[in-house]
Amino acid sequence: MSAPFLQFLLAGLTIGAIYALVALGFSIIYNASQVINFAQGEFVMIGGMATVSLAGAGWPLPAAIAGAVLLAAAIGLALEKLAVDTARKAPVVTLIIITIGASILLRGAAAILWDKNVHALAAFSGDAPLNIGGATIVPQSLWVVGTALAIVVVLSLFFGRTLLGKALLATSHNRVAAQLVGINVRHVLLASFGISAALGAIAGALVAPITFTSWDIGVMLGLKGFAAAILGGMGSGPGAVLGGLVLGIAEAMGAGYVSSAYKDAIAFVGILAVLFFLPGGLLGRRSADRV
Amino acid sequence: MATRHVLVAILSLWLASAHAQEPIRIGSFLAATGGAAFLGDPEQKTLEMYVEKLNAAGGVLGRKLVLVAYDSAGDAEKARTFAKRLIEQDKVDLIVGGSTTGETMAAVPLVEQAGVPFISLAGAVVIVEPVKKWVFKTPHTDRMACEKIFLDMRARGATRVALISGAGGFDKSMRAECLKVSKNHGIEIVADETYGAADTDMTAQLTKIRQNTQVQAILNAGFGQGPAIVTRNYRQIGISVPLYQSHGVASKEYIKLAGDAAEGVRLPAAALLVAEKLADGDPQKTVVALYTREYTGRFKSDVSTFGGHAYDGLMLAVEAIRKAGSTDKAKVRDALESLKGYVGTGGIVNLSPSDHMGLDLSAFRMLEIRKGDWTLVK
Repeated sequence: MSAPFLQFLLAGLTIGAIYALVALGFSIIYNASQVINFAQGEFVMIGGMATVSLAGAGWPLPAAIAGAVLLAAAIGLALEKLAVDTARKAPVVTLIIITIGASILLRGAAAILWDKNVHALAAFSGDAPLNIGGATIVPQSLWVVGTALAIVVVLSLFFGRTLLGKALLATSHNRVAAQLVGINVRHVLLASFGISAALGAIAGALVAPITFTSWDIGVMLGLKGFAAAILGGMGSGPGAVLGGLVLGIAEAMGAGYVSSAYKDAIAFVGILAVLFFLPGGLLGRRSADRV
Repeated sequence: MATRHVLVAILSLWLASAHAQEPIRIGSFLAATGGAAFLGDPEQKTLEMYVEKLNAAGGVLGRKLVLVAYDSAGDAEKARTFAKRLIEQDKVDLIVGGSTTGETMAAVPLVEQAGVPFISLAGAVVIVEPVKKWVFKTPHTDRMACEKIFLDMRARGATRVALISGAGGFDKSMRAECLKVSKNHGIEIVADETYGAADTDMTAQLTKIRQNTQVQAILNAGFGQGPAIVTRNYRQIGISVPLYQSHGVASKEYIKLAGDAAEGVRLPAAALLVAEKLADGDPQKTVVALYTREYTGRFKSDVSTFGGHAYDGLMLAVEAIRKAGSTDKAKVRDALESLKGYVGTGGIVNLSPSDHMGLDLSAFRMLEIRKGDWTLVK
């Protein structure tokens, strides 16, 4: 492999892992409720901003991240309880619109409570780039990639082995049936928002040293994360990771070999092509309707 | 309490009758909120503070100043509406405002038609080129930044330059200006890469530039967090040719975000940013030091060049009114056009019928980042 190719690949992996982390959050709420939570990007923002401000207040980094994750989870739970749950009889589209409203509210609140500046978080293990075959990668990227993989493993254990995870999965398959076997669907929904928010916040803290963080970063990351989730197959954990990585690598290769001006177009044309042949996404459910 | 209010009321009545003169009405529309609030906010604070200070010092021509300011939130359509209101309802004597080029250009047809002197605080060259009878501006342009950078590159023997720019309005405008003036300065643009506003990694673009053996220097025409990421990625993949940033990131924020990677990066900036580093004999030293002290003293936040543009705009307006000896709009305009040697935060202003900005390249200082701080390049 030539050095430039490897560099493009590493760049793609870095960006892709960030998208993947955001995409995972989309999938969990979608599974539990068929709702696409457009406030997912805001959880990422809250994770980053809260970590920066807690670390700035003198908290050690792990404590700051934990604090940020708890804060985001609490906001996620509150969002479900106060906005989504009260409208639970409404159609899914209404719920999606509620999440858009929530995202605007959270963004505005962040701009007021914190500020409108861009903040950097110190990298977890230094800035010295690692050299791999003539290409370089910053250690923080490895943190992002590693955490994304770890989260996929944890989530698959959670869904496969724990009662709450199984309940979540059951609800995603058939809400009415899940209710009939005694699953409290409302609790499952509540949990899904809490977990997604926490996941988003972890992503926010992890990517802050690379992308920086600011009150409006959720818009950009949310959009790309959403695209990654759709590409990988909405609702699929491994799909979210695959979608994120494919999107990131497509962007980097597009910028490197074709034109940096059209790299987003290249990536999105790629997504459209994939969805044309695989409407459910790369690893999405192949649903069959009974006629 | 009540008696004090009555006293104040009587006193002001008396003062008003003693002068029996209308206050001078200065209109403004600024992006005080919204995405361009980092421009409009310091501008508004500056205007308010100095109108207050001028009034405390007895006003202008013995008349008080009144500031009528609207928040256009960076929206050109709102700016047009507010400009109309300032002219028709508030009947202002002149306008100092327009944080962004879009807002300014939306108001230009109105002020031209009504014949109201308008000092814009926005950057683009189109505002004063071609010259518009009633329109002036205080900030330096991106073309001047390109020229300043190219001169410095030439001085270091670099003539083949890679350009990398973002997708924002500032980035695009500066990229276009740099491409336009590069020939005049003997600079050849050998690579022209771009990145999106939301991009978080530019190593792909920079790797392409690194592969190009012709490149002798890199210029990043950018604004916001993008240039900080470019700087970090530039360091990460170990590029050896010098990196130049634009005046768009001339703030401590950039150094903070880019961290150690910013070491050795050069960029042009207004004197205001390096107020404390200017030589004692520097003509701008007094004014930038004063403005810095007064602004930070009042608002407890760092000065920005944008607030400085508003300061210059207001002071130019005041100078012109004093020179004209009245607020007659045509006389003020003529006085404004003939102002020479005004020393402001943005540079030394020499206005003329053919130049409604009046700044030259000396308005920019070339800075190099050393140990996390600015140093002046001699």
